[in-house]
Amino acid sequence: MYNFDVVTPNTIAEAAAAMAGDEAQALGGGQTLIPTLKQRLASPNTLVSLSGVSEMQGITKSGDTLRIGGATTHHAVASDGSYPGLSGLAGQIGDPAVRNRGTIGGSLANNDPAACYPAAALASGATIITNTREIAADDYFQGMFETALEEGEIITAVSFPIPQAANYQKFVQPASRFALVGVFVAKYASGVRVAVTGASNDGVFRWTEAEEALSRDFSAAALEGLSVSEDDMISDLHGTARYRAHLIKVVTARAVTAAS
Amino acid sequence: MTKVTMTVNGKAVSGDVEGRTLLSAFLREDQGLTGTHVGCDTSQCGACVVHVNGKAVKSCTMFASEANGAAVDTVEGQTNADGSLNVIQQAFQDHHGLQCGFCTPGMVMSAAALLKENPTPSEAEVREYLEGNICRCTGYHNIVKAIMAASGQDVSAIAAE
Ligand SMILES: Cc1cc2nc3c(=O)[nH]c(=O)nc-3n(C[C@H](O)[C@H](O)[C@H](O)COP(=O)(O)OP(=O)(O)OC[C@H]3O[C@@H](n4cnc5c(N)ncnc54)[C@H](O)[C@@H]3O)c2cc1C
Ligand code: FES
Ligand code: FES
Repeated sequence: MYNFDVVTPNTIAEAAAAMAGDEAQALGGGQTLIPTLKQRLASPNTLVSLSGVSEMQGITKSGDTLRIGGATTHHAVASDGSYPGLSGLAGQIGDPAVRNRGTIGGSLANNDPAACYPAAALASGATIITNTREIAADDYFQGMFETALEEGEIITAVSFPIPQAANYQKFVQPASRFALVGVFVAKYASGVRVAVTGASNDGVFRWTEAEEALSRDFSAAALEGLSVSEDDMISDLHGTARYRAHLIKVVTARAVTAAS
Repeated sequence: MTKVTMTVNGKAVSGDVEGRTLLSAFLREDQGLTGTHVGCDTSQCGACVVHVNGKAVKSCTMFASEANGAAVDTVEGQTNADGSLNVIQQAFQDHHGLQCGFCTPGMVMSAAALLKENPTPSEAEVREYLEGNICRCTGYHNIVKAIMAASGQDVSAIAAE
């Protein structure tokens, strides 16, 4: 690792001011960033640690909305029962030690194409709240490791409308423990949303055909006639594009069955 | 360099660290606590697991400065007050839960965190909790057995030796 300073602001305003500095970068739980720094793939002058910002910690439920602070750990979300589908997803990320450090803000900012949280945020139509604005999940994810965040922008919270039923199924890539294919299904009064992670070269995406079929009939049988094109699917040593395309339907059916 | 102060195994310690100093390096090189092992240094193997404010974390994936003011527990602090092995450590010995011993500090610290959260875990729960702890020697069965035994459960029916 190249050396850098670590600063520890206590408020969002202090953190935002520190992020405006030359070559400053946010530090969430460090579960992605520290390995990246070790490989010298990033060389910030200053890391702005967000774990001491109390405004960015914790989970609050008001009505049908769950608001999660950007620095809240996966473990905290897994232990909170207010949105069971989301807690179930958080409890499947990595391993216990990773969940004790890794944060929702860090995961969404990173937008790894095989990460779990992007599927929940997109399928729930969540709102990403930053120190300057609110971004709808449909506008936020812009491809592998690409998001709508501007330089220096901090995810301070994420707001999830709580669905009537939801489930995340993850087909684990056993070496990395990330998703080879992960599908989050969420059923709202307004319709069903389905988001797929791990599969596409463009990162997380909505499977709209399945959404339409499931909005008419929320059962695994409703998916029978559908198929996913293998164009744009990831092909690597863990699985071909065709295999991933096939898995999407299998895993979606499992999620629907588990949710209903 | 900045100064950090923390409580390690109940004792107040301090030292000067760089921004990039990992907690694992601070414990091993500054404090001489080489019981915390560094196997992969890439967050995969769990040999470096310690507790920070009671929670299991990979000390190779946390900066020493982030533990400023925290209570840190390592394998060196696990023995009973008289220096004898604690119930988890003794169970690892009794059930052959180690061979080369490289993964053992992390296994013991993960086991301690699990049993604090879940005092009588099922075999499946133990295996799931150890997902981030890799052992190249034992094949895991005897580690699982040791942890089940440490929790006071009957292990006669658990996986072959
Ligand atoms: C062994 C292992 C297994 C894992 N398995 C999974 C898995 O199964 N599924 C999964 O989804 N993830 C997995 N992860 C990744 C894990 O969830 C990370 O915690 C997460 O991707 C990053 O969160 P973090 O808080 O650690 O962020 P950091 O590593 O601190 O930061 C990641 C990036 O986000 C930026 N950032 C951090 N916080 C914010 C913020 N609030 N606002 C703006 N930018 C910010 C940083 O500058 C950096 O660019 C795994 C990691 C490991 C080490
Ligand atoms: S040395 Fe920390 S996880 Fe392997
Ligand atoms: S005993 Fe050798 S790695 Fe586990």
